[in-house]
Amino acid sequence: MALPEVPRVVLVGNPNTGKTTLFNRLTGARGRVGNYPGITVERSVGRASLNATNAYAPAIVCDVEDVPGCYSLASRSAEEQIAIDALLGRHDSVRPDVAVVVVDATNLERNLYLTLQVLELGRPTLVALNQMDALRDAGVAVEAAALSACLGVPVVPISASRGEGLDALREAIAVQLASPTMPPDEGWRWAPSDALRADLDAVAAHLGDERPEGTSDSAARALALWALMSVDAEDELEDVPASLRLAVLDVQRAARAAGRDLDAEVIAARYAFIDAHAPSFVRRAAEVPKTWSRRVDAWLLHPVFGFLAFLAIMFTVFQALFAWSDPAVGLIEAAFAGLGGWARAQLPDGLWTDFVVDGLIGGVGSVLVFLPQIVLLFTFIGVLEDTGYMARAAFLMDRVMNKIGLHGRAFVPLLSGYACAVPAIMATRTMERRRDRYLTMMVVPLMTCSARLPVYTLIIGALFPVGAWLGLPTQGLLMLGMYLFGTLMALVAAAVLGRTVLKGPRVPLILELPPFRRPHLGSLARLVSSRARVFLSEAGTVILAGSVVLWAILTFPRGSEEVTALEATRPQVEASSEGEAQAEALAALDAEVAGARLRNSLGGRIGHAIEPLIEPLGFDWKIGVGLLGAFAAREVFVSTMGVVYGVGADVDEESATLRERMKAERRADGRPVYTPLTGLSLLFFFALACQCVSTLAAIKRETAGWRWPLFTLAYMTALAWAVSFVTWQVGTALGA
Amino acid sequence: MSPPTVADLRPDQSGTVARVGGERAFRRRLMELGLVPGTPVTLLKVAPLGDPLELEVRGGRISIRRRDAASVELEP
Repeated sequence: MALPEVPRVVLVGNPNTGKTTLFNRLTGARGRVGNYPGITVERSVGRASLNATNAYAPAIVCDVEDVPGCYSLASRSAEEQIAIDALLGRHDSVRPDVAVVVVDATNLERNLYLTLQVLELGRPTLVALNQMDALRDAGVAVEAAALSACLGVPVVPISASRGEGLDALREAIAVQLASPTMPPDEGWRWAPSDALRADLDAVAAHLGDERPEGTSDSAARALALWALMSVDAEDELEDVPASLRLAVLDVQRAARAAGRDLDAEVIAARYAFIDAHAPSFVRRAAEVPKTWSRRVDAWLLHPVFGFLAFLAIMFTVFQALFAWSDPAVGLIEAAFAGLGGWARAQLPDGLWTDFVVDGLIGGVGSVLVFLPQIVLLFTFIGVLEDTGYMARAAFLMDRVMNKIGLHGRAFVPLLSGYACAVPAIMATRTMERRRDRYLTMMVVPLMTCSARLPVYTLIIGALFPVGAWLGLPTQGLLMLGMYLFGTLMALVAAAVLGRTVLKGPRVPLILELPPFRRPHLGSLARLVSSRARVFLSEAGTVILAGSVVLWAILTFPRGSEEVTALEATRPQVEASSEGEAQAEALAALDAEVAGARLRNSLGGRIGHAIEPLIEPLGFDWKIGVGLLGAFAAREVFVSTMGVVYGVGADVDEESATLRERMKAERRADGRPVYTPLTGLSLLFFFALACQCVSTLAAIKRETAGWRWPLFTLAYMTALAWAVSFVTWQVGTALGA
Repeated sequence: MSPPTVADLRPDQSGTVARVGGERAFRRRLMELGLVPGTPVTLLKVAPLGDPLELEVRGGRISIRRRDAASVELEP
C-alpha cells in the first residue's frame, strides 16, 4: 500500500456500534480491503477528506482504518490482538495520529469500558457517540458535554446510519490532527492501588522493544496492564517477548499467592469509575418504551412464528441462489459459448485456437458464472445483517448449531452450500472467530451443491430402474436420499472436526440483538461489490489457472496411434456416403477421434495410473478420467464421460445416447461396468469427494494459504474413497 | 447447595452478581461485559429453544449461552 504520507485515524469500538457504517460514511467508496498480516481478518483502510474543499483551503485528508470490533483490548489470540496493535502502531501497523472510539449511546456503560482502556494508552483520542437517533426508542438520554467532561476528551454525538453529526466529527478529527491534545492524567481515569502500581512497574521494566521510543511511564504502565490482563500460560498471542511473558507470569503467581484476583480487581476498578460517573451523563426512563422494534421481536423470536419466519426467510435466500440466479448464469454461459464460437470462427483451426476457446474463454466463463450467486447471497447477507435479523436468527438457531459445534451464524453458509460451495465459503465471514469460520468452510463442500445435480441425474437415470417403492418413485427417492446423505455427512464432519482438528478453547458466545434498522444502500452496494471484486481478483485467478491446467492435462499429448488410425479412415468415410449421411458419419468420426485423444492424453494416462486405486470402488480408468475432468466443476463429469465414450462433448445428463453407451460398457471379464452398485458407489463418491477446483480456490482465499484447502481435499477424498470402498466391497460380497 | 446463578433466573427476574467462575480468558470476558461482583443483572428473554439468554446489565443488553451464564453466581 504505497501511498503518500497522510495522517492516520483508527476507528475502534465494540461490535455492533455502527463502526463500519461510519467508516463507509467517512471514506465513501474509496476503501481498500486487505488482510492483517498472518491472519485472515479483513483490514479496511480508506482515504477520507475532513473539510469541504474550496479554491483557498487545501483539502485535509487522512487515512481511516476500521479496526475489527472488540469488547476489550485484553486479548488471548492474534486476532484479538489486532486492536491494541492498530492503536499503538505495533507489528506492521501504522502508528495512528488519532484514535476515534465509536461508542453505542444506547449501551453506553459497556462501551465506556473499552473507551477507558483506549484512553489509558495516552494517545490523542476522541469519542464518536453513535446511535443518537436510537436513544429515544431505548428510553435513554445522554449528555455529550457531561461525558466529555468526565472522560477528558472531545465527545461528538453522531448518527452514522442517518449521516448526522458527521461534519462535526470530521472537524473534531481535523482539530486533533492539527493540534493533538492529550487527555488529562495521560488518560488514566482510575488510580491503580499501590500494589497494582508496583505490579505494573515490575512488568513495565521488561517491555523491552515493546516499549516504543518516547513512551511515557504512564503509557508504559498501560501496556504493562495490557500484558498483565492478556498473557497467561495458554494464550495464543504473537510476538510477546519471552522476558515480558516471564515477568507477567511471575507477577500473576505472586498475586495469586497473596490471595489477590488481579483480573477482577482491574475490571471492577474500571467499572467502578463508570458507575460512579454515569449519573452525570446518562439517564434512563424507568419504563423502557414499547417500540415497534420490540413488538416485531416478540413475533420474530416467538417459539412458533419465529421459526416459521426463519424458514420463510431462509427459503427465500435459498430460492434466490438456486432459481433467481439462473437467468443470469444462463446469460453468462450463453455469452461465453457465443464468444467461444465466434473466436473459433475467426481463428484458424488448431491447437492455439483450442487453447483460446476451451482453455481461456471457457476458463474465464467458469469464473464469471459464480458472480450472480455471490452478488445475490451477499445482498441478502447485507440486508439480514444491517436490519438486525441475522442476530435474531443466530439467537433462534444457536442451540441447534451449538450441539454440532457450529456457530449460530453458520446456517447461512450451510444453506448456501446447497446452491454452491463458493459463495457459501465466502459467507463464513459473518462469524468473528477463526475456528468457527474454518470449521464451517471445511464442511460446507459436503452439502449437495447444484453442480452435483447433473451427475446424480445421469447416474440415477442410467443405472437405476424406473419404479416405485411404497408408491413413491424410486429415482426421486434416491435423489432425495442423496441430499439428506450430504447434509448428514456435513453435520457429522462438523461434529468430528470440531472435536479434533479444529478443537479450540471454549469462548463465551456473545450476541447482541440490536434494534431493527433500515439497511443503508451505500454500505450494501459496497459490501457486495467488494466481495465480488475480492472473488474475481483472488479466487478467480486460481480458478482460471486451474481450468487451464485441467484443459491442458485433458488435451496433451495430442497424437497417438489410435488417433492416427482413426484419422486414416476419414477419406473412406467421406467417400462412402454424401449429404446428411456423410455429415453424420463425419460427426461420429470426430467424436471417436476426440475420445481417442482424451484416452491417450495425460489425463487418460492418469486415469490408467489411478485405476488400481479406484478399482476397489468399482470404477475403471475411464471413470477415473471423468473424475479428473470433474475437478473443473462437478457437472463437467457428464461431458467428459461423453468424450471418453466417443459420443461427443455436447451430451447432457438426460442424453439417451450417453446412457445407452454407459450400459453397454464392459469390463475385461465381460461383466458390465455400470450396475446399480457401481452407480451407488459413484453417487457416494460424488457426494463426499471435493471434486471442485473453485471450492479449493475459495478456501485458499479465505484462509490465506494452501494448508486448509489441501486438508479439505485430503479429508473429503479419503472419506469418499472409504465410503465407496465399503459400498462396493460389501455390495459385491452380498452378490449385488 | 450450590449458589444460584444467572442461568437460574426466570424472565424479568433480577439478581446481583456475587462471583464469576470458570477458566481465565472466559471469566475475564464475562466480567468485561459488565458482570462484575455487585452488579444487578436481569434476565430479559430466553431463546425459544431455551438457549441463549438475553440479559440486561447496566442498561445494556447482551445475550450469552446458558452454560456460560451458569458460571456467574448470584448473591443468595
